[in-house]
Amino acid sequence: MTKQMLDKQPREVSSKKTKSKSLPPAIQVESLSKSFGEQTVLKRISLEITQGETLAVLGRSGTGKSVLLKLIIGLHKPDAGSIRVNGAEVTNLPPKELNEVRKKVGFLFQQAALYDSLTVEENVAFPLRRHSKMSDGERNKRVHDLLASVGMDQDAHKLPAQLSGGMQKRVGLARALALDPEILLFDEPTAGLDPITAAETDDLILRLQKERHLASVVVTHDIHGARAVSDRLALLRDGEILIEGTFEDLRKSRDPFVVQFLNGS
Amino acid sequence: MANSATSINRTGSLSATGDVVVKFFEWFGNLGIFCAQWVRTAFTPPYELREFVHQFDELGSKSLPLVALAGAATGIVITLSTRDSLIRFGAKSLLPAVVVFSILKESGPIITALVVSGRAAAGIGAELGAMKVTEQIDAMEASAVNPYKFLVTTRVLACMLMLPLLTLVSDFFGILMGWIASTAAEPISLRLFIHNGFKDVTFHDFLPPTLKTIVFGLLIGMISCFQGMRASGGTEGVERAATNSVVLASLFIILADVLLVRLILVFFS
Repeated sequence: MTKQMLDKQPREVSSKKTKSKSLPPAIQVESLSKSFGEQTVLKRISLEITQGETLAVLGRSGTGKSVLLKLIIGLHKPDAGSIRVNGAEVTNLPPKELNEVRKKVGFLFQQAALYDSLTVEENVAFPLRRHSKMSDGERNKRVHDLLASVGMDQDAHKLPAQLSGGMQKRVGLARALALDPEILLFDEPTAGLDPITAAETDDLILRLQKERHLASVVVTHDIHGARAVSDRLALLRDGEILIEGTFEDLRKSRDPFVVQFLNGS
Repeated sequence: MANSATSINRTGSLSATGDVVVKFFEWFGNLGIFCAQWVRTAFTPPYELREFVHQFDELGSKSLPLVALAGAATGIVITLSTRDSLIRFGAKSLLPAVVVFSILKESGPIITALVVSGRAAAGIGAELGAMKVTEQIDAMEASAVNPYKFLVTTRVLACMLMLPLLTLVSDFFGILMGWIASTAAEPISLRLFIHNGFKDVTFHDFLPPTLKTIVFGLLIGMISCFQGMRASGGTEGVERAATNSVVLASLFIILADVLLVRLILVFFS
């Protein structure tokens, strides 16, 4: 990837929003640290994402990007620091209250993490079956609408093993949207996809952001995709945020790592 | 020089032994925490009744043919081996009672538990292990669903309640095939075989050994879920979870049986 290539607009980014600091933060991370054994993954990370804003978190493999997402949703406990999601401090919430926060957050996992013993429609219906009082008919309609919104309604009766990687991610996205979340977390949404499917996935994310005005965090290696779907970008190195700002801010940086990351060499 | 090398080797082996001991106690500690978590989730609503029925059905329908076959084989083996000994001691008429007693009191429950351990523990360990390494369990937790309640509680309860029922099946086929094996050697009517076999059987001979399989079910469910839920490291981790589930569940069943047989003798003799 060359700088010239990055200079080109990768695709239309019409839905890009300007950062609106007047809104209360949907996610507020302060001085967050996390280690696994001897290995320190995140060091005093601080971030803020307002409603309707999308932050892309970039960095090399193993820099703690996915761990950051799992910390935000309370799947891991931090060693130090604070994480507020819609104002609730998730680091010390009791399980019941934590689950209430989780219902407002959709999570698209790197490998989609679809339940492999359930069909596509059962996967999407899974959170609805547990957290909504919908009748069977209402639930079926909601599942069908969600699958249609990601272009997967023709495959409702298939098992995850019968789907391609891109299709699995679309179903994972439908499942993440099932409870009408206010926040979406994307863990490598385009990893392992061919460029055309990756572009389609980015377009889908953009469309959803435009329609639903969600706060999103997108963890990715894909600089093109990050630029297309995000308002701001944060680049992680050695567990710390090296630089945070718009794509233009990153491009103006003279830090050798930033330059190398953007140029790919 | 040689002394210092020997000393280093000795320190190394001591440290390795220490690691094994620490890991051993750590494993039991984690299993204890896991069991406490299970107790807490098992008795607090909401209950995952639908998933429990699904697991109960899965376990029963898939284990039934194996348990029936193992029970039948055990009945034949007990009959053939015991008949010869009883003839030598001039106690051939006791054959039906010996077959019935040994199947009801020990062979039926333990064979059933070991067969289910081989089939279900491997299945549960592999299934949960695969869900763990592919982040399906994280996805469940992220959807505000408690994976212990949905995956573990349902499976452990299904194992606990299904084991006594499967033991009845094993007992039935064991006694039936015991009669067939006996009558093949020397004809005896089924009615007489049953009458002679059951005339001295009391509920104390039948109920405690059958109900002790609830403990075996608890061990199978708990150990296999524990191994599956802590799997890591891709397909190798899944394979390790499945293998450890079977080995440890079978071992714990045999050890628990020693204790339970003693307790039954103390309280029901």
